Amino acid sequence: MSFGPFLLLALMEGMVTSAVLALAAVGLSLVFGIMRVVNVAHGEFFMLGAVSAWFVSQWVPGPPVVGFAAALILCPLFVGAIAALADMTVLKRLNYEPEATIVATIGLLYILQQAALSLYGPDARPVPAPFNLRVQLPWFGYSGYKIAVVAASAVVLLGVWRLLAKSRVGLVMRATQYDRETARAFGINVDRVYAGVFALGGGLAALAAVLIVPIQQAHYLMGTDPLLLSFIVVIIGGLGSLRGTVIAALLIGLSDGVISTFFAPTLAKIVATLAVALVLVFRPQGLFGRRAL
Amino acid sequence: MSAGARIWALHLAALALLAAGGVLLPAYHLTNFAKVMVLATYAMGYNIAFGYTGLLSLGHALFFGAGLYGAGMLVQHAGAAAGPAAIAGLLAGGAMAGVVGLLALRTQGVAFMIVTLMFAQAGYLTILYNTAWTRGDEGIVIAREARVLLGFDLSADLPRYFAAFALFAAGLVLKLWLVRSPSGRVMIALRENEERSRMLGYDPYARKLAALVISGLYAGAAGAAYGLLFGYVGASLASTQYSILPLLWVLLGGAGTVLGPFVGALLMFYLIDYSSAVTTASLLVVGVALVLLVLFAPKGILGTLRERWLKWLP
Repeated sequence: MSFGPFLLLALMEGMVTSAVLALAAVGLSLVFGIMRVVNVAHGEFFMLGAVSAWFVSQWVPGPPVVGFAAALILCPLFVGAIAALADMTVLKRLNYEPEATIVATIGLLYILQQAALSLYGPDARPVPAPFNLRVQLPWFGYSGYKIAVVAASAVVLLGVWRLLAKSRVGLVMRATQYDRETARAFGINVDRVYAGVFALGGGLAALAAVLIVPIQQAHYLMGTDPLLLSFIVVIIGGLGSLRGTVIAALLIGLSDGVISTFFAPTLAKIVATLAVALVLVFRPQGLFGRRAL
Repeated sequence: MSAGARIWALHLAALALLAAGGVLLPAYHLTNFAKVMVLATYAMGYNIAFGYTGLLSLGHALFFGAGLYGAGMLVQHAGAAAGPAAIAGLLAGGAMAGVVGLLALRTQGVAFMIVTLMFAQAGYLTILYNTAWTRGDEGIVIAREARVLLGFDLSADLPRYFAAFALFAAGLVLKLWLVRSPSGRVMIALRENEERSRMLGYDPYARKLAALVISGLYAGAAGAAYGLLFGYVGASLASTQYSILPLLWVLLGGAGTVLGPFVGALLMFYLIDYSSAVTTASLLVVGVALVLLVLFAPKGILGTLRERWLKWLP
């Protein structure tokens, strides 16, 4: 294959990474933006989404598409419920004090990882794709499912944006973000908003994982990479900025696709992590954000 | 007895007990205690940054790894003896902390945690990437012949125990002296109220950098000792988990107490050791311990003791 089509392939792979990354990172960004909580267990919510999708695909009879559709609905709800539970039993009692919540979410990370290892086992297992469609380009054939992932991610992101910007729920969330005390004075149940936002963040990570799991197998350690990449995206995009997060996800996903294709994947990660550390040091508000961490 | 004499008496008694342990403990626990003392030295360094100066770093594995690989690669590739290798490890840890500190200390709070986390992750990936030098995932096994210090074979139980003890004792005495000195008081002042210390004329950036470098020297020395005493230098020892563990030990024992890191490391080590007889879920123990600690005992064991009864505990 000559260079042009090869680059196109790298970019298309990068688009798939970007699409999934954007969903996971928006979840992390929402939680930080509204609750000011840095959730280190976010990657484990992603992992739980993938692992629970495998269980659903085993339990639901019929063609793969039925099981996949069920997973698409059930897994985010399941992970969201776990997230809400963690918020109500642990984070709320810590009064969302930043350092204590980080330590607590590190603890949560280990608990969830061990739970997955004990209940699901150390193997990587595939979940069948809902459909097998091959899109034939002039130079190579490409998986139709991957294109569907990008489209689905775009639809969900649009939905999140509408939820935040246009709905009453979004208004309540933004009010809480702007001033928690005043929101409480106006009768908003801040505790419930926080639990809901934490659940939404976890649910988005799980949804991203369900979308990716037919391409990448489910494994109990799969949460580490999405966590680091989400951090990178959220920091480069500017914390709490939805638009910045999506742009940064595109930037990171596409460059990851290109660097991983033409050079070594480990090198791509070294460059990205160093870039983030330096962005935080020299431009703490991120490239697009308005507020510092 | 004056307050100073009482404090020194307590800590020297603890050291004397540990020295006696070298003769009294059975072989299995001798190895465990040697490991705990090396890891507690690492945790004491972490405590200087986190417990006393208020710098919550999530990247100390980078400094531990610098010591580990600084010593290990020197032995492996240059055929260095254990003594110079240990000194190289110590300096590598301090130098790494200095470089990271210069950049990371421009940030505060949550940003500081993430910056240190990212630097450590980049370091870990670099170890995996340069397989020719570090042997990547597999790690370096240091040969028995290279693990000889002042004529003692460090791979034998007793010399290993006392080498670990010497490191720990030096670290403990130095730390006790440091936190009771005027510089140590300034570190605590920075933790409590940075603005006020600045107003009193102290330079927070320089003081924090110094604390971080001292912390890095401890981590580097512990890393080098770990490699030389136990003969293995591997990437997993520089992973994020090794940044979290000293935090856990310090939180458990008591942040900002001199003996806390040792108490925390010892308890956690045996908790995992005994629970692994019952279940393989050692990660669960770590996770649950972290959550319970921040929820119910944020001051740790010695911190709670100090609050309730022993107000004089340093």
